[in-house]
Amino acid sequence: MSKKKSHWRESLNLVISLLIVWFVASLGCSILWRDWLDEHAFKVGNAPFGFWMAQQGSIIVFILLLFVYAIGMNKLDKKYHN
Amino acid sequence: MDQKWVNFIFIGLSFAVYIVIAIRSRAGSTKEYYTAGGGVSPLANGMATAADWMSAATFISMAGAVAISGYDASRFLMGWTGGFVLLTILMVPYLRKFGKATVPDFVGDRYYSKVARAVAVICAIFICMTYIMGQMRGVGVVFSQLFGIGIPAGVIIGASIVFFYAGLGGMKGITYTQVAQYCVMAFAYTIPAIFISIVLTNNMIPQLGLIGDFTAGNPTQGAESISFLDKINAINTQIGFQEYTSGKLSKINMFCITAALMCGTAGLPHVIVRFFTVKDVAAVRKSACWTLLFIAVIYLTAPAIGAFSRVNLIQELHQTSYKEVPTWFKDFEKTQQMVWVDKNGDGKIQYFGPAKSEANTFSVFKGKQPTYKLIAKDGEEEFGSLGQRLITNEIDHSNPNELWFGNDVMVMANPQMAGLPKWVIALLMAGCIAAALSTAAGLLLVLSTSISHDLMKKIIKPELSDKQEMKYARIASFAALAIAAYFGINPPSAFIAKTVAFAFGLAASSFFPTLLIGIFSKRMNKEGAVAGMISGIVFTLGYIIYFQFLGGKPSQYLLGITPEGIGFVGMLLNFVVSFTVARFTPAPSQEIQDLVEDIRSPKGVGAAVDH
Repeated sequence: MSKKKSHWRESLNLVISLLIVWFVASLGCSILWRDWLDEHAFKVGNAPFGFWMAQQGSIIVFILLLFVYAIGMNKLDKKYHN
Repeated sequence: MDQKWVNFIFIGLSFAVYIVIAIRSRAGSTKEYYTAGGGVSPLANGMATAADWMSAATFISMAGAVAISGYDASRFLMGWTGGFVLLTILMVPYLRKFGKATVPDFVGDRYYSKVARAVAVICAIFICMTYIMGQMRGVGVVFSQLFGIGIPAGVIIGASIVFFYAGLGGMKGITYTQVAQYCVMAFAYTIPAIFISIVLTNNMIPQLGLIGDFTAGNPTQGAESISFLDKINAINTQIGFQEYTSGKLSKINMFCITAALMCGTAGLPHVIVRFFTVKDVAAVRKSACWTLLFIAVIYLTAPAIGAFSRVNLIQELHQTSYKEVPTWFKDFEKTQQMVWVDKNGDGKIQYFGPAKSEANTFSVFKGKQPTYKLIAKDGEEEFGSLGQRLITNEIDHSNPNELWFGNDVMVMANPQMAGLPKWVIALLMAGCIAAALSTAAGLLLVLSTSISHDLMKKIIKPELSDKQEMKYARIASFAALAIAAYFGINPPSAFIAKTVAFAFGLAASSFFPTLLIGIFSKRMNKEGAVAGMISGIVFTLGYIIYFQFLGGKPSQYLLGITPEGIGFVGMLLNFVVSFTVARFTPAPSQEIQDLVEDIRSPKGVGAAVDH
């Protein structure tokens, strides 16, 4: 039972940290802090950082997130169910 | 060879492939019908889900939206892909573990209540129905453009094909057909983009072309190069639009719309159900990675296509005399997708944005859609002095803009504007049709199972046999398709496009919180869930109806949020109401709490991985 609980807690931690990255990349960098980033952050190619995040960057981050999720969760499954 | 025949050959071939696949993988049992027997590989399922995901609206009109609104259109790009992340890490693995065939099944069992199940069924039917209508319209438009037949005939042909393989093949047939459709769509979308990128930016990869230099018409190599984004900003401001890279929407509105699209996406029943077709929870995660990767191929190309086509469109048409206008312009005039009104009588096309007039408008005519002039006697349309098509709409003289085009035309017109070979254009046509058909088929399946399984078997007639259930599913899909085809032929004006966008808000404010809490809180009971769903959807629907149909003014918007983004607020309301009501009503039984416990562990005791 406690094994089940700690599995759940660890997977929750993973999900929450992924969600934080998800928020920062999409709603954060691409919308909320976009103007500041366009002004002050580096450029990607010729595109201002905030604009690039909104059009391409966040989607790339999303793909990476799902890969991290799949690998991380499979590891947790192994750890607790062998 | 004529373009028309090349189109015929490409579309004919792709159809032949789909139909062969559908026949070879016919469903034998209800389980195969609903979830393909649970034995589809993650890669194949990923492709099929991607095809399911990308509707005709995404495929045809997203790049058009990017072309027109630049940065603001990022809300669609991020909303739909970001929603997929939520779907994958918050919903799908748990619902898959639960192991039932449909989403209302989960709601009904988790909240141990027929009322909750019925509300879920109604939501599912409403969401799917509005979607299919839009798809049918899309199919009709593409067919009519292709073969010069009327839209009604196009819709009917499309509907029969969808019925053929959705009805016969069930989920198994659909899954494998959609794999083929994804391949067609991906090639159809990226190949024209690559060609155009080479022409405009001398870069083979469109995504890099967008953030690279503009090189077309700049033969002196080594001369000072200009960034492509600067070029498009310059073009835009020159003719009176805002800069391409800066947005027009307010920050809070942009935030709410994006968030509503994300959460709404995570509550879409036809995509959730897709993941019930893979073997186990680990395979679900893998499959989701593949899906997003395949979706991203298209979504990362869309911003490039949008920007390229905007540059091409303006350079080809602005200040061009109608006599020298390229032939594709006349083709699109024929299908009522482009209109030119010679306001100043100089025989040239002028395209101007709102900043060029005191009224701050750029509409060519009054009303949303152009209507072409007809001569009553023989039914032939009347033409202008230069042979241009005339419209019956009242002309808007408050601004100098003379060019109107439908958003949807951008993707289809793009290869023609860039003068690409005929086979590329034909491939694109096949892709458009694949996009519309694949989504329509997936939706139809969810709709028919919602009716036959959740409504008939679980609520009305529990003694239904497997075979009878299948029969009801087929009848339901036929009826749904007939209704959708009817609305495809007679769209309630701009109604469909609007409701499709609003359906996301409704899904965000109803399904999304209920499913989420159902998984992550053991304490949530049926009273809380039902109260939350109802208050969320009533608030959102009320706001939309008030501002769309009852004449609410934009100045009355709550915090400046448009009806498009109000689903996000409705969602917050749903959460608050659910938790408040649940606090004051009894907790669910131990049995239900154990059930929640069980879906959280991917294997656990009595693992539900029997299919």
